[in-house]
Amino acid sequence: MKKVLLVCAMVLIFGAIFAQEDGIKGLKKEIQELKKKVSENEKKIEATADSIEDSGVKSGVAFGNTTLGGYGELHMNQLSGKEDGTSSKREIDFHRFVLFVEHKFTDRIKLYSEFEIEHVIASKSDAGEVEIEQAFIDFEYINDHHVWGGLFLIPVGFLNETHEPPTFYGVERNPVEKNILPSTWWEAGAMFKGQITEELSYDFGIHSGLNVGSGDSYKIRSGRQKVSKASARAFASTGRITYRPMAGFDLSLALHFQQDLTQKTEVESVSAFMFNLNVSYQHKGFGIKALYAHWILDGDGPDAIGADTQSGFYLEPSYRINDNWGVFARYAMYNNAAGSNGGDSEKSQFNIGVNYWPHEKIVVKLDFEDQFYENDSGERRGINLGIGYQF
Amino acid sequence: MKYLFRSPLFILLILCCLAAGKLKHVHLQPEEFIKSHVKNKKEASKSLWLNKELKKKIGKILGRPFKTLRIRYWSHEKKTIWVLSEIGKTEPITFGFVIKDKKIEVAKVLIFRESRGGEIHNEFFTKQFLSCKLTKKKKLTKKIDGITGATLSVNAMKKTARLALFLDQLNLQSKK
Repeated sequence: MKKVLLVCAMVLIFGAIFAQEDGIKGLKKEIQELKKKVSENEKKIEATADSIEDSGVKSGVAFGNTTLGGYGELHMNQLSGKEDGTSSKREIDFHRFVLFVEHKFTDRIKLYSEFEIEHVIASKSDAGEVEIEQAFIDFEYINDHHVWGGLFLIPVGFLNETHEPPTFYGVERNPVEKNILPSTWWEAGAMFKGQITEELSYDFGIHSGLNVGSGDSYKIRSGRQKVSKASARAFASTGRITYRPMAGFDLSLALHFQQDLTQKTEVESVSAFMFNLNVSYQHKGFGIKALYAHWILDGDGPDAIGADTQSGFYLEPSYRINDNWGVFARYAMYNNAAGSNGGDSEKSQFNIGVNYWPHEKIVVKLDFEDQFYENDSGERRGINLGIGYQF
Repeated sequence: MKYLFRSPLFILLILCCLAAGKLKHVHLQPEEFIKSHVKNKKEASKSLWLNKELKKKIGKILGRPFKTLRIRYWSHEKKTIWVLSEIGKTEPITFGFVIKDKKIEVAKVLIFRESRGGEIHNEFFTKQFLSCKLTKKKKLTKKIDGITGATLSVNAMKKTARLALFLDQLNLQSKK
């Protein structure tokens, strides 16, 4: 009897063991399946996140391969005439609102454009303008080497290419980069640009030219055709070499040549050659910018009124106190009739002021301005206040 | 027109184009950057999922709302490797950072897509970030000297460097 009971007990024990082993095997299988499912789910979650992020906003405002950006600035000038009240400028003006529209056709072919409204309203009776300042195709034919075709900004000075309000000091752009380098200056043509070495970069373009004659006293700024049914009888070329040996230091030399500034509308042609030297240095908040630009116009017309030489320079030391505050001073001098027959036409301007950035892309500016003209006519003194932003 | 083709500037153009043909691309593909710092990329890849509070902190560093669900990173030995993108003017610039002992060990511009400001990929600029740490106010311990005409690109790199250091600290904290 005992033997029978022992056999029964053993059968039961072995049965339980085998059943347990089966259970463990089953559990192991279940764990493996769960692991597999967790891993698959993780992959699905990552893929979903990828998909959401890929379809979402990748840049400022993006619609597929098209991106949108822009900037704007509002200025107020409270400048009193130094001689009398007639030359006073007491004005508030929404100077410009700009939209960038960019489109990527492929990784190497892109469209850049800049659409601008100046002075709010553009009509026959209003001062405003609607302009296209840039619209070019950028083709990167070798890594870091591009050719642009279309409407582009001329590579001269500091402000002509980079003029978003938070990137410079002073409410108004400096007078040298307005009257000698006629910013914003754009032309149509082809522009090559790229880096030769880590320190050296180049720009070179053949493009449409200025059109100015005796009626405008050969003043360079009056010659901008803005590529609006522009005369294309005389083209121009611009080249620039930029040297950056270390962080914070930039030295660039730009050269420009146009065979006939009058676009063959006057009997005698006037050739124009311009050179422009820019130096900037930034270190631990301290910054200094220096710019010199010089035009030589070859012709009896400009020679007779001293416009055969037109030049200007400015010096701008600044100090960025922290992320929010920066101070600057600027002395600028320019002359659109600096030739021997020019008379008292030298103009200089002193500005001192502060920039406040509540956000890196928003700036509030205040500066004091004092003008000194050799002929004393139209000098002003006062303050400028502005707000600018970019997005 | 004939004059243009005789001008020294035109000759300069030809020389530049010829020189350009011999140059190599200095940027790195993100995959190559990761591969150069992580032996087994697949094993080390991790995702940092972001909650509301983290997104707010990241948004403060970047100066814009941060809507991404998670940030991928890689870790190898005591380093964390981050590939982060931030907008310069209108296009995202992709940066690569390696953080070790709460300091930037490697800082590179991987992909630059803007029309201007590409000079930030030069070593004379990026090497300023090396050994940078994060202050209590989440700023960089060094002042970074900028590049004229590349302000927005410079700002983008400064912000992503701060973000990489911040995320590295989070990552280390989560391991403790």
